[in-house]
Amino acid sequence: MSRISTDQVKHVAHLARLAITEEEAVTFTEQLDKMISFAELLNELDTENVEPTSHVLDMKNVMREDKAEKGLPQEEVLKNAPEHQDGYIKVPSIIE
Amino acid sequence: MVSLFDHKVSELHQLLHKKEITVSDLVSESYKRIGEVEDKVQAFLTLDEERAREAAKKMDEKIGTDEAKGLLFGMPIGVKDNIVTKGLRTTSASKILENFDPIYDATVASKLHNAETITIGKLNMDEFAMGSSNENSGFKATRNPWNLDRVPGGSSGGSAASVAAGEVLFSLGSDTGGSIRQPASYCGVVGLKPTYGRVSRFGLIAFASSLDQIGPITRTVEDNAYLLQAISGVDPMDSTSANVDVPSYAEALTGDVKGLKIAVPKEYLGEGVNEEVRQSVLDALKVLEKMGATWEEVSLPHSKYALATYYLLSSSEASANLARFDGVRYGYRTPNPENLIDLYKKTRAEGFGDEVKRRIMLGTFALSSGYYDAYYKKAQKARTLIKQDFENVFEKYDVIIGPTAPTPAFKIGENMSDPLTMYANDILTIPVNLAGVPGISVPCGFSNGLPLGLQIIGKHFDENTVYRVAHAFEQATDYHKQKPGL
Repeated sequence: MSRISTDQVKHVAHLARLAITEEEAVTFTEQLDKMISFAELLNELDTENVEPTSHVLDMKNVMREDKAEKGLPQEEVLKNAPEHQDGYIKVPSIIE
Repeated sequence: MVSLFDHKVSELHQLLHKKEITVSDLVSESYKRIGEVEDKVQAFLTLDEERAREAAKKMDEKIGTDEAKGLLFGMPIGVKDNIVTKGLRTTSASKILENFDPIYDATVASKLHNAETITIGKLNMDEFAMGSSNENSGFKATRNPWNLDRVPGGSSGGSAASVAAGEVLFSLGSDTGGSIRQPASYCGVVGLKPTYGRVSRFGLIAFASSLDQIGPITRTVEDNAYLLQAISGVDPMDSTSANVDVPSYAEALTGDVKGLKIAVPKEYLGEGVNEEVRQSVLDALKVLEKMGATWEEVSLPHSKYALATYYLLSSSEASANLARFDGVRYGYRTPNPENLIDLYKKTRAEGFGDEVKRRIMLGTFALSSGYYDAYYKKAQKARTLIKQDFENVFEKYDVIIGPTAPTPAFKIGENMSDPLTMYANDILTIPVNLAGVPGISVPCGFSNGLPLGLQIIGKHFDENTVYRVAHAFEQATDYHKQKPGL
């Protein structure tokens, strides 16, 4: 049985903000199904009393002084923006 | 063919000092060689010739003065294209960043400026460092200088191929699951993944933040140590960089491995490992034994879970990291979006390649509601077990040795149809990233004219022992002196 349906794949693509075609949805369903089955190898492991590792070094809450520093100049920041106007980055309207 | 780059950094430094060569000579050597072989190797995405030659001219005036004292002064370097370089196009080999012109330097790039190396250009890679062959580049496939029908490895394929082909003296790569060591192995050069936290990741375009590390690719172990020296150290701009002492790596290169205790995991010489690869490792162990080291077989019992753990964790982190590519602030934007959500979706669909999309999909799934515990958290727990395997072995042994990759370089196209077969190439390098320890690949033989690599793995922040062993082995063999017949 497939571990993931084409509808689920479409939902995941929406969450990931990826437009996919019907054809891609089918391909991704097959490929993700294979990968997920492969990942289920981990179910062999008893991890009941195991702490998860999110980071290998024993460090947390690295703090620094809260000191204001000069940011990048607006002109530079806008240099790579696909569309900008009057010093703002432009996107399609989001309020009707 | 004789090249200035047959010399080590320390020798070139002496030649500069004695005014037998100039920085311009070194830079010319790079571009001359690029002119000769680049159409075959295809290692570079962007060249910076005009500025490099100009910088060289200015530096030539400093030769003989105190300003030219630094060991790396004037040395031509190539930089992987996921390391941002101010004013020099940086794409991460993705169409989504095709025209991206960085407005700041990565910390390693600033450190290279301080060391006064000269950047020759930016090197090809798998898109966003996702791949083991460079075939996932959004622009072109780099080829292996030893055999143009073979892949150079990946994701730092351009970094390894350019050094092997003599196009640059050395280069920087990045390694998330083997992306420095595997291409170094395939191309017959030396590549080190430092301890996680040793080198700042500020300005490295993030793939999987808990695994990524920048590291050096060179012809010799000595040069590798010098280049790592220049880029190591804690950085206020990267809160995951470690505030630990940076030792002198070159001082570790004593040639002495007497009494060294080597662990050889049986899982690293077992099923799936090519016979010639296995034999080359056993031969290398004999070389080290002759010099007074001892080795024993050990077990890293959770090795077989590393690949699944890695793909869940790295894809999950990637799905979050790559959310920033949305067509708003920089990079590619789809031409005619219907609304903002449509702009995001189409920009990403048109800008990302297949492998990147696949991993974003897997990562988004593993992090999504209802699946988080079963996949992502499970993998984080498996990571703990894999890390503990290493800790247990390092209680009794100084280094772990095995092959870098299970086979020599494979043919272009050979593994493209099945992602899982492609992923299996990284089976011996991935556990090292999961544990966060340092690992190096050094040349240890050939199979049908293709280089093989020996992997030496050390304890957290013990790059010195890794270098000491790699150097001793290198000095006792001449694999690193062979050059591809391009």
